[in-house]
Amino acid sequence: MSQFAINLLFVGGSFLLYIGIAVWAKAGSTSDFYVAGGGVHPVTNGMAIGADWMSAASFISMAGLIAAGGYANSTFLMGWTGGYVLLAMLLAPYLRKFGKFTVPEFIGDRYYSANARLVAVICLIVASVTYVIGQMAGAGVAFSRFLEVEATNGLIIAAIVVFIYAVLGGMKGITYTQVAQYCVLIVAYTIPAVFISLQLTGNPIPGLGMFSTHTESGLPLLTKLNQVITDLGFNQYTADVDNKLNMVLFTLSLMIGTAGLPHVIIRFFTVPKVSDARWSGGWALVFIALLYLTAPAVASMARLNLMTTIYPEGTQAQPIEYDQRPGWIATWEETGLITYEDKNNDGRIQLYNDKNADFAATASERGWAGNEMVVNNDILVLANPEIANLPGWVIGLIAAGGLAAALSTAAGLLLAISSAVSHDLIKGRLNPNISDKGELLAARISMAIAIVVATWLGANPPGFAAQVVALAFGIAGASLFPALMMGIFSKRVNNVGAISGMLAGLTFTLVYIFTYKGWLFIPGTNTLADSPENWVLGISPLSIGAIGAIVNFAVAFGVSKVTAEPPVEIQELVESVRYPRGAGTAHDH
Amino acid sequence: MSGHSYDAENYWKANLRLIFGSLIIWALVSYGAAILLRPMLAGIEVGGTDLGFWFAQQGSIITFIILIFFYAWRMNKIDEKFGVHEE
Repeated sequence: MSQFAINLLFVGGSFLLYIGIAVWAKAGSTSDFYVAGGGVHPVTNGMAIGADWMSAASFISMAGLIAAGGYANSTFLMGWTGGYVLLAMLLAPYLRKFGKFTVPEFIGDRYYSANARLVAVICLIVASVTYVIGQMAGAGVAFSRFLEVEATNGLIIAAIVVFIYAVLGGMKGITYTQVAQYCVLIVAYTIPAVFISLQLTGNPIPGLGMFSTHTESGLPLLTKLNQVITDLGFNQYTADVDNKLNMVLFTLSLMIGTAGLPHVIIRFFTVPKVSDARWSGGWALVFIALLYLTAPAVASMARLNLMTTIYPEGTQAQPIEYDQRPGWIATWEETGLITYEDKNNDGRIQLYNDKNADFAATASERGWAGNEMVVNNDILVLANPEIANLPGWVIGLIAAGGLAAALSTAAGLLLAISSAVSHDLIKGRLNPNISDKGELLAARISMAIAIVVATWLGANPPGFAAQVVALAFGIAGASLFPALMMGIFSKRVNNVGAISGMLAGLTFTLVYIFTYKGWLFIPGTNTLADSPENWVLGISPLSIGAIGAIVNFAVAFGVSKVTAEPPVEIQELVESVRYPRGAGTAHDH
Repeated sequence: MSGHSYDAENYWKANLRLIFGSLIIWALVSYGAAILLRPMLAGIEVGGTDLGFWFAQQGSIITFIILIFFYAWRMNKIDEKFGVHEE
């Protein structure tokens, strides 16, 4: 059977499974559609959160980023897991006790203001749409490679599949589909990692393998890796970073963004009890950690494998001839994600760091005229089984896993967007008397529209997956997280304070990001070049969410102090979300 | 729940204390050991690199899991102690 047929079998088979689950779990009421009827077991919910959470960015891009950046990109690992600690202790149990369908609904009720709810809807849509772009773009990459279709056509196939199971099943369909998607993606991610860890170190657990001895050289794996890449002019893999402030702020932005992203928060509304919401957070992180503890191993091992593929006789000897390159390099060249240019016309592939001035002398001594091969970070996980010469079915599995990761997150985001539109905008503002059936129809229509918009944006993405996603975190962390946290932990923050805080946090963050990334992400419209010399105090636009959150907190407290205290019934509402007793399932009124 | 009783206040204080303690550990492993204190821990070797690197790529995540389960377990006990648990 050809590789293409195997890929088709795995991807097609997994899609049939998802659609089958959706038909089985069709949503009959708004409660089914928004919170899966409120009867999901915490372990099941944890698994669904895992799939919801682990996006194309986690599955496809993250290991590639770590492989390229080494220690410096540990921020993604800590940021995208540490947020669950905040979520489980500061938000989830209380929002579950509050017992409504959406995040803007809590903000609207707690700050007794339809305008606060509207601001929350806007923040939610901005963050979720930014995030969904990355998912659709990721699905496009996976499709174009594995189904050998044009990326745009691949995107349309992905959109149709999401459309069927998300629009039909709502949260109920999405929850059970996500459990299946979690299983697919975690198996797909870990199997190649285990094989590679065994090949390189003899240790079957990748997270331990990366700290063990590299069998071939007898050196610790990371020492060997450091040696190989510094020989080629790259920075040490484990090198410390100089700008610790930026590293701290970036990690913090990712953490509070994780806690503030509505598509994750609403998952906690689906469990029966407050105590279940607490357990759910722990289970979610266990399932997420299975991938996150493996990712750094995948990163370091793939980087080493890549280098030994190009320099089979060692870094002091000649690199491989272009005509002798392995088949996977040739296939990825077709997608444009690996490029080769024979700058010194010797027919070999010189892969090294030509931006390192200290290495330039060594390079010219060896007759090298510049780096000749560029490997896109996003392909690392997808190409991993091929780099390690694993059998064809593992490659098919990776294809299905990458798509599961992208589609499950896209579905969760689309649900959060559609519930904000149908429940918070249409029912909450435009037409409060809409029937349950009418609202369900509105939810389905708004989800369909969201899918079309997301697909268009996925076909025309503003940057590569993980970067765009990081921006969504800044926005969620700077606007929603502080409003939610203050709503629970302070009785004093009032409507005016919360609205000014959210707007200040959001505006501050967006202006800083757009200054460097282009206004509305339109390339070429940025006011300042996006390079460390231009950043204020060395704070990158990706890290600014943490400062935005501080602005939000400060403005909200300041404004609340000089304006009237919230009414007594609101203070009682705050009091009531703090105590678990009396939490029914999530309900409408 | 009658909002303002003495016990309700103590319940909330117990929760805040638990959160505060947990978040100190949360910050110590991630912002501390993995980032700011890494140069100080550089002498402690772990598999070809140092302890700070291990915390950044493995240790902090493992600690986060333990923290959440510990919080859920303690908090459910505290709920019962103060009689605010769900039936």
